[in-house]
Amino acid sequence: MQHAMNPPGHAPASRLKDGPGPGSPEAAALDATWSDPPGLLGWLAAVNHKTIARRFVITTFCFFVAGGALALLMRLQLARPGSKLVGPDLYNQLFTMHGSTMMFLFAVPVMQAVAVYLLPLMLGTRSIAFPRLNAFAYWIFLFGGVMLYVVFALDAGPDVGWFSYVPLAGPDYSPGKRADFWAQMITFTELSAMLEAIVVITTVFKLRAPGMTLNRIPLFVWAMLVTAFMVLFAMPSVMLASTTLIMDRLVGTHFYNPAEGGDVVLWQHLFWFFGHPEVYLIFLPGLGFLSAIIPTFARRPIYGYTAMVLSLIATAFLAFGLWVHHMFAVNLPELGKSFFTAASMLIAIPSAVQIFCWLATLWSGKLDFKTPLLFVLGFFFILVLGGMTGIMLASVPLDLQVHDSYFVVAHLHYVLIGGAVFPLFGAFYYWYPKVTGRLMSERLGRWNFWLFFIGFNVAFFPMHLLGLKGMPRRVYTYQAGLGWDTLNLVSTIGSLIIAVSALLFVVNAVRSLRRGAPAGADPWGAGTLEWATESPPPPCNFHAIPVVHGRDPLWEAPRARAEDEQPAFTHVSGLAADTRELLATTVLDARPDLRVNFPDPTIWPLVSALAVTVLFIGSIFTPWAVVWGSIPIAIALTAWFWPDRAETSVHLSLERKP
Amino acid sequence: MTRRALDVSGLPSYAFSHRSLMWWGTFGLIAIEGTLFALAIGTYLYLRSQSDAWPIGAPPPDLLWGTANTLVLLLSIWPNQKAKWAAEACDLVRTRRWLLVGLAFALIFLVLRCFEFASLHTRWDSNAYGSIVWTLLGLHTVHLLTDTYDTAVLGVLLFTGPMEGQRFVDVSENALYWYFVVFSWLPIYAVIYGVPRLQ
Repeated sequence: MQHAMNPPGHAPASRLKDGPGPGSPEAAALDATWSDPPGLLGWLAAVNHKTIARRFVITTFCFFVAGGALALLMRLQLARPGSKLVGPDLYNQLFTMHGSTMMFLFAVPVMQAVAVYLLPLMLGTRSIAFPRLNAFAYWIFLFGGVMLYVVFALDAGPDVGWFSYVPLAGPDYSPGKRADFWAQMITFTELSAMLEAIVVITTVFKLRAPGMTLNRIPLFVWAMLVTAFMVLFAMPSVMLASTTLIMDRLVGTHFYNPAEGGDVVLWQHLFWFFGHPEVYLIFLPGLGFLSAIIPTFARRPIYGYTAMVLSLIATAFLAFGLWVHHMFAVNLPELGKSFFTAASMLIAIPSAVQIFCWLATLWSGKLDFKTPLLFVLGFFFILVLGGMTGIMLASVPLDLQVHDSYFVVAHLHYVLIGGAVFPLFGAFYYWYPKVTGRLMSERLGRWNFWLFFIGFNVAFFPMHLLGLKGMPRRVYTYQAGLGWDTLNLVSTIGSLIIAVSALLFVVNAVRSLRRGAPAGADPWGAGTLEWATESPPPPCNFHAIPVVHGRDPLWEAPRARAEDEQPAFTHVSGLAADTRELLATTVLDARPDLRVNFPDPTIWPLVSALAVTVLFIGSIFTPWAVVWGSIPIAIALTAWFWPDRAETSVHLSLERKP
Repeated sequence: MTRRALDVSGLPSYAFSHRSLMWWGTFGLIAIEGTLFALAIGTYLYLRSQSDAWPIGAPPPDLLWGTANTLVLLLSIWPNQKAKWAAEACDLVRTRRWLLVGLAFALIFLVLRCFEFASLHTRWDSNAYGSIVWTLLGLHTVHLLTDTYDTAVLGVLLFTGPMEGQRFVDVSENALYWYFVVFSWLPIYAVIYGVPRLQ
């Protein structure tokens, strides 16, 4: 039964329309329309969000492995006193590359990569907003990350820490180009993150399926939306910091030079105004994963949806008011420190609200202890420990005692790995079948979890004690007899167990691609929309766009009824099947609003990203690269924007004025 | 249950303001760049707070070119709003005309901006004061340059076609971004020209 929204006489030009389900000619047309072009050129021109997201996830995971390998090397060096495995210069590069990789090339981008894959599926749409921009963001990220590892391989890797404090990173104490490469890598990755934030915000606000009002959005989507807004307001700070740093180094500005009116503490303010929210940029998506996994394996809707959403928003707001708690050792006004102590402790409240909501959901649910849920339970244990030490560090006197010691290293790994990596592993196991069509091995998954959980605690818990015993961070070796030997050895054994666990994960993921059990559309019996389509999803995501009637559409479908007791709308029809047409809906209540034409795949995002890379790498060596490098960028962006006549004529045939 | 379809084939294929995806993209850019400007202004004020004398080793910048530019920028609101209205009425002839007038204002502004740099009485490498003043002015100029180029490309498209409704939306959003460039200038102007004159 069709319900026509268009007034008589105003039907657009006749074209093949969507609506019928899989197997129909319309569905075949949709698949062809939304597929990536064939061949090498097509591969490079791809803009389908699932293709880009798969590349993004694999790239970030490669960086994760690389960053982990660097950490392992550090731990092997520290396993015994006086070790000569690596020297101090290489060690400085190792901890800088490890921190920079994990923070900039793994933790934030992997969350955005997962979101790029899942959001359109969870929202019931065929694409992410601005698909070419999405592809551009990926290429920029890839080139920035690869650049950093190429210079590391050439022994020109940065060596001034992931925070790159001045004056150590300034022209006087860091001659050469190491710090410049670090600063430019920041620009690449933050540019990518900010573009992805725009893509996410627009997708969430404008491309939801009809009926998916704001208070029906899945909590993972809420988490990514809040994260995206945080990116918009946090990332410019580090971009300004890194740009002024490279200007100090390249063209002789004096932002951080006290002799000419500059100030080194300015760097810390700018860096930590970004750096503290950065922790929550990593943490909030992790909370979103939990809010997707827990209801599915507890077999009941999440408890306290509204409180969860408000807590996410409150956490984001508070995260911007905490940056000075990274600077308690700096000579700042005492009143300011008291304010930031209070704010730091305050953030425990929204975090606790969420934890209690999850616990209530688990308590009242019927639990199915599959691997994703195991990682969630691991999160609870580890994050609570990390949160406790966070409260401790928010106190100025204790912070001053353990400042720059291994206690801080332990805390930050408990928070970041507990808050992000455990949920992320759970998320990989949870959504792997949606991406590949096959389930990962449960047996290997359990081994993966237990080795990771045990290895993590063996590796990082002793660091609390090392910090309390006075072992400083960033030292490449230490003398015997200080009481640190055994704890360091234990910590190194723990890191080796983590490495084995990560290896098991890779084996499981690769092996399950062919040998995993077929998953079907909804292997876990979940309620959100991504499980309403095939696994893996067709190129267009949904052959018929669903109409949503509740927060967990797959659980509530039988109850969907219109007020007049007639069956409610179940899907959308009337979008073109032979061109990339999407439905846009209204922001608050997701009423059908527009038919939007998306552009076809093109090579120009890649060419533009290459042009940007040439400019930024060139500008490490000469400021004139900014001038001459902007010409190819302008040409590439113009070509990207320039309309294709054939494509435009199709769009014109579908055009209808507002 | 009978499968009932919600037929959306009659919906418009483009719309203006917050109904448009492009509006949200522009909004995102404005949020990022607005934050960048705010942080740069904060940096200026922070450096000033750390310095005994401000400006450092230089007289305040001359008011003439900066003020003239501010007037040009404020006047440019008029052709841009005209272009926005024309685009939202899907009037191609008027849209072309006012877009070109707006482009002329942008070019005049860029020429005056060269004089403005010359009247700062400091260089980027003189001291921290010179560094932040040049950075503030440079950041704003980069935005002007990119928006001027964007407007020029859009103008060429309006004359060469093919013309689809989405181009009108692009003009409307281009005007929105121009307003951001105009209004973000006002606090920057106040800081660059006003703060050094405060006792």
